[in-house]
Formats: sequence, C-alpha cells, structure tokens
Amino acid sequence: MTPLLEAQDIKKVFRSGGFLKKNQTIALEALSLQIPHSPPIITGIAGESGSGKTTLAKLLLGFTGPSEGKVTYKGKDLEKMARSERMLFRQEVQAVFQDPFEVYNPFHKVDHVLTVPLIKYHLAGSKSEMRKIMENALEVIGLYPGETLGRYPHELSGGQRQRIMIARAFLLKPRIILADEPVSMVDASIRATILKSLLTLKKEYGISLLYISHDLTTTYQISDNILVLYKGSLVESGDAETVIKRPEHPYTQLLISSIPDPDPEKKWLKEDYLAVDQSSNEEKNEKNACKFVDRCPHAMAICRQKIPPLYRTGPSHTTRCFLYKGAEE
Amino acid sequence: MNAEMLRVRNLRVWYETLAGPVKAVDGVTFDLMPGEKFGLVGESGSGKTTLAHAMMLLIKPPCRIKEGRILLGDQDLLNLSQEEMRRVRLSKIALIPQESMNSLNPVKRIKDQIIDGIVDHSKNLTRKERRNLIRELLEKVQLKPEVADMFPHELSGGMKQRVCIAIAISLGPSIIIADEPTSALDVVVQRQVMMTLGRMQESVGVSVLLVGHDMGLMAQFVGRLGVMYSGKLVEVDTVKNMFKNPLHPYTKLLIECPPSLKEKREFKGIPGVPPHLLNPPPGCIFHGRCPKVMKRCLTETPDLEEIQPERWVACHLYSSEEKI
Repeated sequence: MTPLLEAQDIKKVFRSGGFLKKNQTIALEALSLQIPHSPPIITGIAGESGSGKTTLAKLLLGFTGPSEGKVTYKGKDLEKMARSERMLFRQEVQAVFQDPFEVYNPFHKVDHVLTVPLIKYHLAGSKSEMRKIMENALEVIGLYPGETLGRYPHELSGGQRQRIMIARAFLLKPRIILADEPVSMVDASIRATILKSLLTLKKEYGISLLYISHDLTTTYQISDNILVLYKGSLVESGDAETVIKRPEHPYTQLLISSIPDPDPEKKWLKEDYLAVDQSSNEEKNEKNACKFVDRCPHAMAICRQKIPPLYRTGPSHTTRCFLYKGAEE
Repeated sequence: MNAEMLRVRNLRVWYETLAGPVKAVDGVTFDLMPGEKFGLVGESGSGKTTLAHAMMLLIKPPCRIKEGRILLGDQDLLNLSQEEMRRVRLSKIALIPQESMNSLNPVKRIKDQIIDGIVDHSKNLTRKERRNLIRELLEKVQLKPEVADMFPHELSGGMKQRVCIAIAISLGPSIIIADEPTSALDVVVQRQVMMTLGRMQESVGVSVLLVGHDMGLMAQFVGRLGVMYSGKLVEVDTVKNMFKNPLHPYTKLLIECPPSLKEKREFKGIPGVPPHLLNPPPGCIFHGRCPKVMKRCLTETPDLEEIQPERWVACHLYSSEEKI
C-alpha cells in the first residue's frame, strides 16, 4: 500500500552567485521518509541549526520543490497535482510554526485565523455551526473558548497563541500535522501542556505528526521514530527508544552527551573531545567525505575518501557511519 | 585578583504603568561571593532579566529602582552618578546580554568592538599593544586571531557569543552577569560556550551570575542557585542540596517537570499560570499554583529565611513556629 506521505531520495540545492562565482549549498540530500496511512505515528526530526530541518519541512509541505527526487502524497507527486488534489493536500497536511507571535495579524481578533480556513474550505454551513466547530477545536487542545475567542493576539500568552495555532490546524481535520519547533519559544512549564495536546491529536484523532526540533529531550518524549540530520544528511534514524538509548552515530552521541543533565553530580563541562568547530559552512562541502569527519572522535582514513552509506544496524535502526561497516547497506 | 563581593539588599524594581506599578523585582536580597558561580532561575516574567539589568543600572523608564541597595564592596551603586556608573560598568561589572549575537554592531570589525570599551575606559595604548591585547583576549576564548578582522556576520552564533565573553572580560571585571547567554544556541555549541565561560571564571577568578531557565544547565554550571518566582526569590541554596532535597514546592516542580532522556513519561507541567504582577494576590505569591497550599499561605507573605546554614527558603512549610 502506498504510504500517506512519502519523500523519495530527495535533494535540495540552493544556488547563489552570478556569472563569475557560483555557489552551491546542498541543504538536504539523499533523504527518504514515509508516513503510513495507519497507525498514526509521530516522527521526530532532530538536528542543529543548518542541518536542513526547515528545508525538509518546506519540501514536505510543497512550499518548494526538490532538486532531485520527489515528494508524494497518497502516491501523487506534489509538483504535479491537479488543483483539486492540491486543495485536498493543503487541507489534510497542516503546519504549526515556531513563532506564535508573528503568525497573527495584530489588528484582527484571534478568531480570524480560525474562521478563514473554515470559510475557505466550506466546512461550516452557518455562523453558529462555525462557532461550534471553533469551540470544539479549542476544547480538544485544552483551551477555554470563553477565554480565547474574541480576544486580540496581544491579550493572550505565547502558550495560548501557540495552542490556537494547533487548534487551527486541527479544525481542518488533517491527516498529518507538521510542527516546526512548536515549543521552542514558550516556557518550560507550558511546553508540557502543548506537547500533551499534540499527543491527544495522535491518540484520539489518528493524526500523524512530524515534529521538528533541535531539542532532543522533547523529541524523545513525544516521538515514535527519530531522524537525526547533520548538515543536510540523515545520519541516524530509528525507533525513538533505540536512537536515544543506544545512539550509534558519533554525532548523535555528541548531541545526547551535550544536553545538560539536571544532576549536579554528573560531569558535563569536563569531557572535552569536541574540538571547537571554527570552519564556516562553505568549506565543509567536500565532495567525497563524511560530513562529520572533522569533528568525529573515531575518524578513520576511509571517512575522508567516500561518503558512508546508510547501514541497517537493527530491525528499525539505520546509521550513516563506517563504524558499522559489517551491517547490511 | 580584584574580587569584590556583591550584595543586593531588598531591591525593588518597578515598572510604573498607567494602571499602577508592576513589581517586576520585589524585595530581592542575596550575596554574590568573590569568585562564585551563582545561578538565577525562573520562568519568563519572573523578573530575572529585570534584576540582571537593574544590577548594572541599565534599566530605563518606566522601569525604576524603587528602593534597595546594590553594594559592590563598600560602594552603593545606586549612589553613583551616571558618569561614575559608566566607569564601573565593564571594568567592575560586565554583562553578557541575552541574544548577544544581536548586540554586536554589524558594520564594525570584531577588533574595533573589543577595543571600544577598553579605549573608553581611558587606557592609552599604542597600536601594537592594542593588537596584542585583542589577540590575547581572543585566545582566551579560543578564537583564532583572524577573527579580529572579521565582521559579525562572518561568525557563527557560538563564535559571536565567545566574542561577547571576550568583551566582557576585557577589563578584568570582578563580576560577570550572563543573561541567558546560550538560549539561542544548539546544545553542542551551548556546551562549548559554557566551557569557555567556566574556564574564564576559573582562570580569572571572576564571579559569574548566570541568569536562565534551564535547570539542567544550572545544575552543571553554578555552585549556588536562587529560584525566582514573580519578582521574589523563593529559595537560595547550593545546587547539590537543592537538587537532592528541594525545599520550596515551586523548586520541586521546576526540578521534576522538565522532560529527560531517561524515560518516557506523562507530560507534566506546573498547573496554572504566574499571577499578574499588576495585581498580585495577597499572601504567598505562589499559593494559586502550590500543591501544598495551607490556610496561612492565603493571607501571610512568607519571608526568605535561613532555615539551615546557607539554605534560604520563603515558604510557610518551613517558617518558624512562633509566628503562628
């Protein structure tokens, strides 16, 4: 059966410069990803800034086309969709973005962001029905409609605003919600409630989620599967428990060991195997080498000679690293 | 070493608004020992940034210092004139601001930005001395000497943050206030920057006041920790004690709540929202969200008391019996 949303070996290259000097930045390469029809799953995508997380989000939402490979929704290429198919895709794949402050028009009441999609997709027959759908969506997300509807964005907290965005995504009855750093701008105590409402959407409404974040702890808590990106390549993927508990790629290990542990007895500042990375991004684009080689504590000669393939190291675990050469590619 | 102790006494910093004063910092008292790493945690809106800025006297109307004392050694900073305070900044107390990546001037080279403060504090240096000084400072924060001739946009976030640390230590201050220095950085870069700051702290003997909200970072970096809630300090303790045995219910929640990599579990937030500071509730400021609220908390405001040596807490659960 064809997966619901699929990325097949996609690559995105940004070109810049003119006649004299041409620059290429490979934002993302050789990435494949599948979201099945059922059961609903939460896929976490982790990586540092510049790892291609947001480029991936844009490609999956069809905001921009891949340079190579294709993204398909229900088996249809996003770039070749007919208008009606595209409308359906836009309805069924929703997005929630990072900044809950900038997505609102300060002159409109917050109701505006909820009514526009309802009108656009003819989801409500009458005003009262529209109101009912809106109230229901807000309640599912854990907001009291009385406290939020009819207010202006500046009257609400960041957490409330972000949850209204999730309610907006929810009221279109999507199959997939793509959340790009949904909790990085809100306080730790509110983070939990937002993540909880995302989980409700999965459990009770069967909505699959793509959760993009640089924060491994929340990604681990919420996700079923995790993909780790580094400088545009997938370095490790697998089931969340395995990737976090038994990370294989040296980059994933570095990421996990860099999270400050709330335990004063642990030594976090002492171990110092990461050389300070001072080179800029452009120098890094050597053709045939592992992208992590300059920072890797296990770097070998072969790592500088060719790009490691993805090795299958477990039933649901793949790692792009020559350390696991024995495994099947 | 020119370490001096910083004592903050009963500091109140209010924002005067049309609707009345917003008490962003309300009666805060603490000491920063020479050469100590002290942390200040709290949710957004708890007044921690206002406090950090007030200690540098960098606040602007409608915000003003209502009362209190900020003593650096024997000198009360609040009695200084604008010009005198300007001399104290950077040479005695330096600030690494939040989002310091944006605090660098985009059209000036790094070397000019580093030397700016030094020259302003009337050190007459020859061109060669300047160059050496810049190189030395960059070396201390592990940046290559070439960085001096670069512009901020040529540097990564972590490098910019290290430039800010270099500026902060340029005059050998006794106190560095770091206001969420790594909140915009990735975990790996965050660790590098914190290591740089930690090394500076050890080699120069400067005391660091680290302001932030990440309990994990605090546990790893500071020695003593103050917890702020709605403009008040509710607990001050050594990090080891606090994480082993937190006293205030708010501190307990702060330590328990953040998700960890150890196990998957139910998402737990701190229920409720912080009170509006325009109109704070009577009694203990935390009583609306406290799991252990008692009758007394609704009416009586607990004071920050030293219940055991070096352990301060503002909570009726621990306050002395006589008052009841």
